[in-house]
Amino acid sequence: MRQLLAIYRQQLKTALAEQLQYRAALIIWLIEVALGPAVSVSVWSTVARNEGGEVNGYSSASFAAYFIATMLVNYATQTWVFWEFSRRVREGEFSPLLLRPIHPIHADLAENLAYKILMLPVIALVTLVLFLAFHASIALSLDNLLAFFPALVLAFALRFILEWTLALLAFWLTQVNVINQLYVVVVLFLSGQLVPLTFLPAPVQTASAWLPFQWMVAFPAELLVHPLSLSTLFTGLLVQLAWLLVGFALLAFTWQRGIRRYTAVGG
Amino acid sequence: MTAARRRAADGIDVPWRLLAILRQATNPMEEEDQRSTRGANQAMTVSAAISVEHLRKVYRVYEREAGLRAALRGLVQRHIQEVIGVDDLTFTIELGEIVGFLGPNGAGKTTTLKMLAGLLYPTTGTLQVLGHLPWRRERSFLRQIALVMGQRQQLIWDIPVSDSFELNRVIYRIPSAQYRQTLDELTDLLELAPLLQKPVRNLSLGERMKCEIAACLLHRPRVLFLDEPTIGLDVVMQRRIRDFVREYNRRTGATVLLTSHYMADVEALCRRVILIHHGKMLFDGELTRLIERFSPYKTIAVRLQEPANLRPYGEVIGQSEDRITLRVPKSAVARVTARLLTELPVIDLSVEDPPIEAVIEHIFTQEEVG
Repeated sequence: MRQLLAIYRQQLKTALAEQLQYRAALIIWLIEVALGPAVSVSVWSTVARNEGGEVNGYSSASFAAYFIATMLVNYATQTWVFWEFSRRVREGEFSPLLLRPIHPIHADLAENLAYKILMLPVIALVTLVLFLAFHASIALSLDNLLAFFPALVLAFALRFILEWTLALLAFWLTQVNVINQLYVVVVLFLSGQLVPLTFLPAPVQTASAWLPFQWMVAFPAELLVHPLSLSTLFTGLLVQLAWLLVGFALLAFTWQRGIRRYTAVGG
Repeated sequence: MTAARRRAADGIDVPWRLLAILRQATNPMEEEDQRSTRGANQAMTVSAAISVEHLRKVYRVYEREAGLRAALRGLVQRHIQEVIGVDDLTFTIELGEIVGFLGPNGAGKTTTLKMLAGLLYPTTGTLQVLGHLPWRRERSFLRQIALVMGQRQQLIWDIPVSDSFELNRVIYRIPSAQYRQTLDELTDLLELAPLLQKPVRNLSLGERMKCEIAACLLHRPRVLFLDEPTIGLDVVMQRRIRDFVREYNRRTGATVLLTSHYMADVEALCRRVILIHHGKMLFDGELTRLIERFSPYKTIAVRLQEPANLRPYGEVIGQSEDRITLRVPKSAVARVTARLLTELPVIDLSVEDPPIEAVIEHIFTQEEVG
């Protein structure tokens, strides 16, 4: 365990050093993350005004809060491993990782954490600016706030595990980017980033509740925006936990199969 | 996973259970590690570093003809063809040996190295490296080997070389004192000092290769697989790497298996060579014996007091001012030499083996024909 921590510390240091090389990219990313919620808030505020101040219980101030919160949670949970993996496999960069006496997932986890640490000031700035610019209003309760941090950690773990599993498809498919693209679209819709989930048709909402995506973004985000009942809150955490376990099982299964295939067809 | 679920079900302090599950799910090899150390201990009685028996690797590839129509047909019906990468290889390499692995492109050298390092699963046959089954990639095994295969393997592109090294130090759990000593040695032998603080992207090809090799050796592997370690490097750099490999072998007693297109590498480093072609073993033995066995010719170099026609004695393959080189069938060497000495005013005469490149080229072309 101590060894693993030492490795993480070093990986974090390395990843930070690596990503600090791309300061210009940080600026571009800043614009990119701010743009999504800014557009959503503008559009939905207009809709709310035209509807007499509220749509589905959302005023323009609560729209602003919701989209800022989803932006924050999305930043905290997103990964890009599935984009990278196909290149790794195709260009023979995966073999060296396999020959290290440590599972490759650790390096990716450390790298993602490093990225998040690095982006923290950026995202804080964006949040503040958007919050003030759109007069966002939030109604925090202590329960929600206490539940937010475990929910966020679970959301990140769940998303990381599932996206790493998705990435492993690169062992079987050469054109895996099509599937990645599809995944991104599904996540955009069903994680609640495009619209609040209550705006979706009822059957879709039911389906979505059984799928993992809303538990990766919408659930922690809503904890920040409006008070959820204690039962909703605990159900949410339990569903996250359950999906996380399913995610681990999927990962272990896919990893084993994937490696068997990789070492059969040639690394 | 069933075990993990069980643990989660009866777990009270969830975070720690989760951690255990995380570790189990992400380290599926951990259990295997324990299981196979027993196997390793049993195998410790074997002294060989590498032993390979009837090793065979068959790839199944989808065949498709060129053109759009064939591509469309390929969507419905795919032709699977079996390609034999390695066919029935058997050899043993002792601890501390340096062995050259030779063969033309596509002979199966890299396939074999990958199987030995644990990147490829053999189709049939058995193989063992340091008493481990390589394809299990147990941590204890991976910590004892290294595979150097081209560029961009170990080093991280955007950060200084020393940072990549440092990462390897923790990943391979190298004790600090040993790390410092190894790094000093490597820095000294490969002249790395001016490179360590530079980002990898600013290094030249040769500099990168040196650092790549150093990164692979920080954990002092007992078995070292080198796939074309000098490819694309200039002569000076080639020699430096060659010298280094020899020195590393001498200092640490590591077993080295290397492939190279440059015969100079092989001649300088390997007493023993393994020759493969189309995945099959052609020769396994000492380099000198390879020449004896496969070259039907020797060359005789003669210096004469006055010019003379040497055609009747053998095939003239070189002629400088007063020195003439003849190619003579091996069986005729004694006879021709005797005749030359008695019949001509010879100042100096020497019998030599033909250059190794020529011999190997001869073998491979013969194989193609036969």
